[in-house]
Amino acid sequence: MTASGWLQIVVFFAVLTGLTPLVGGYMARVFTGERVFLTPVVAPIERLLYRLLRTDPDREQDWKGYARTVIVFNLVSFLALYLILRTQAIHPFNPQGFGPGPWDVSFNTAASFVTNTNWQFYAGETTLSNFAQMAGLTVQNFVSAAVGIAVLIAVIRGFSRRSAKTLGNFWSDLVRTLLYVLLPIALAGALVLVSQGVVQTLGANAGFTTLTGAHSTLAVGPVASQEVIKELGTNGGGFFNVNSAMPFENPNGITNVLEMLLMLLIPAGLTATFGRMVGSRRQGWALYAAMSVLFVAGVVVVYAAEAHGSVAQHAAGIAGGNLEGKETRFGVAGSSLWTAITTVTSSGAVNAALDSLTGLGGAVPMANMMLGEVVFGGVGSGLYGMLLFVLLAVFIAGLMVGRTPEYLGKKIEARDVKLVLIATLTMPLLVLFAVALATATKYGAPSVFNAGPQGFSEHLYAYTSQANNNGSAFAGYTGFVQPNAPGNSGAFGITFADILGGLSMFVGRFLPLLAALAVAGSLVQKRAAPLGPGTMRTDTPIFVVLLIGVIVLVALLTFVPALLLGPVVQGLTTQLF
Amino acid sequence: MRKDLISSVVAVVALTALIGLAYPLVVTGVGQVVFPGRADGSRIIQDGKVVGSRLIGQDFGKDQDLFQSRPSSTDYDPAATAFSNLGPNAEDLRAAIAANAAAYLRRERPFNRGLTRAGIPPDAVQTSASGVDPHISVRNADLQAGRVAARTGLPKARVLALVDANTDDRALGLFGEPGVNVLALNLAIRKARR
Repeated sequence: MTASGWLQIVVFFAVLTGLTPLVGGYMARVFTGERVFLTPVVAPIERLLYRLLRTDPDREQDWKGYARTVIVFNLVSFLALYLILRTQAIHPFNPQGFGPGPWDVSFNTAASFVTNTNWQFYAGETTLSNFAQMAGLTVQNFVSAAVGIAVLIAVIRGFSRRSAKTLGNFWSDLVRTLLYVLLPIALAGALVLVSQGVVQTLGANAGFTTLTGAHSTLAVGPVASQEVIKELGTNGGGFFNVNSAMPFENPNGITNVLEMLLMLLIPAGLTATFGRMVGSRRQGWALYAAMSVLFVAGVVVVYAAEAHGSVAQHAAGIAGGNLEGKETRFGVAGSSLWTAITTVTSSGAVNAALDSLTGLGGAVPMANMMLGEVVFGGVGSGLYGMLLFVLLAVFIAGLMVGRTPEYLGKKIEARDVKLVLIATLTMPLLVLFAVALATATKYGAPSVFNAGPQGFSEHLYAYTSQANNNGSAFAGYTGFVQPNAPGNSGAFGITFADILGGLSMFVGRFLPLLAALAVAGSLVQKRAAPLGPGTMRTDTPIFVVLLIGVIVLVALLTFVPALLLGPVVQGLTTQLF
Repeated sequence: MRKDLISSVVAVVALTALIGLAYPLVVTGVGQVVFPGRADGSRIIQDGKVVGSRLIGQDFGKDQDLFQSRPSSTDYDPAATAFSNLGPNAEDLRAAIAANAAAYLRRERPFNRGLTRAGIPPDAVQTSASGVDPHISVRNADLQAGRVAARTGLPKARVLALVDANTDDRALGLFGEPGVNVLALNLAIRKARR
């Protein structure tokens, strides 16, 4: 660990905290329909889209209507993406002449992008045409992120409105997210990335001869436009197989810090949006504080573990940090901070090889995801997940002091708590079930790369990541086999891993989403009781501590035995496998 | 339900046109016009021929007069990138690092008396993430400078000055780690030799 390493971590966090109220305030104005500086440019496009969709943005939906539209829209999106992947051979912008993807890998990839997971069983630069990358993946990068934010805004209205019935209009929330938030930041961000060397071209790959006479090929494409939304929308699916470790995606220290900021910008900002929309900025800051504590704890552990170096490296007599699978220009600090960010948010983009992290270093990204992707989490989905944990914390506190639990003046009743439990227990059950299935049957074996506990870690990481819609990977784990043949002929998927993973992503995304909307649908109808002397405050440090305790207890304790079997045992031993 | 379905289909088509085509085409157009070299991959052209990209490392193993890049799990193929994915406690990883360390000592110890395994910079023996890391650490370059000076006949001070000139510093003096761009450095070495 170095002073400069810690300094960049501290400065990064300070910048993020400064940006949070700015971005959050802007989004609050967008979603309450106020005029913002972009309105003159964007409003005509917005009106055109409403006309095309034949929707009246002022006609609001109750929670069931909202949920139905979300589900139908995602179903159509999934089918469209699956179709594009399976027919990419006949589309334009295919300079490498790639054929269609195998059905099972395409299923996994389509599920992956529609659920905002962006798990990569596919290998970008060697299997996907530019058309599939742009019209398929980039579109879903934006849309799946916008769906998460739209649903969150609807859930926030459930808290902020009193004695109402409706949560908003899905199409309006979706379109406004895209036009006022995601597209403008993406356009500006993409151009900054290009200025730093991130590739953006529709030209074909260029062959060349290296300095020592070997033949090589520069793989290029429309990278920057996808790179920026991949971070901003907490998506994470890279243009290249090694994701943001590839210099064409992430060429220097500036792009590295910018991409890290983009991952956290919206999830952090939304806490401030929440505070403004419910009329108490302190409530937003309380959530930001709880998230930050858990985030910073992870950063410290992973940085310390990686700076210490790996067991294999020490056995070979090499001192210094663990640089296996890390880039020189990011170093241990830049890779560790990124690794923590990409797993507290549901981004899953990586700038280092997570499979090669030290035992304890690898336990951090896993634990971050096992918290349920509520520490910042996915755009939108992270905060609605966190709000469900808040209700749980309020409920538990209510039991302890013997009062009816309330949050923001609204009574939390039995039905609400049941829904909260469904939402918060879905993911742990899903992960443990899938890992058990993959470990105990022979079908999981072909996917595993490493021997010993690391092999188990690969299973555990894969399904934790997919059920939490994160998408980062211990990338030795595979669902796609590519022989080294021209035109990628003979490539096939590992059906078991592709399908089980795809289903994990769907359930992990939509069950909590529907539960959150249902809770909002019940809360929106309630009156808000005025603040009294007996009201339990939810904007104080004590509540923040309670909230952190509940999250850690519920989410993490479920996984401690599994964590012990994989990463922890490797962190505690000097044995090689 | 039917209305949702129609709206959804229209939305997917309209958003694909807006986000899937218009957005990347605008970024491509502006990027190509404003940052032409960088948008195409920062290619280095010598005598009218592309010899590589400033951002993409190469394998210089065939020319032991030059600075050597980090180990790569893909033989420096920028069109099919991959991690080594070897776990932290993997025997295979220990063996690979040990072999790289032995080769490094064979190559550099004659020019750095007293260099031991414990003194080898970790980037010199562990594979990068991208497989095409364009940089090596400054210490790694300094250790190699003795060999490059001896074999090319350039004064060591000159070689070290070239290392310094081809070092990319931390961004804004703060973010990332300093690294020596090996391709740029080797081009400069060859030029100085002529």
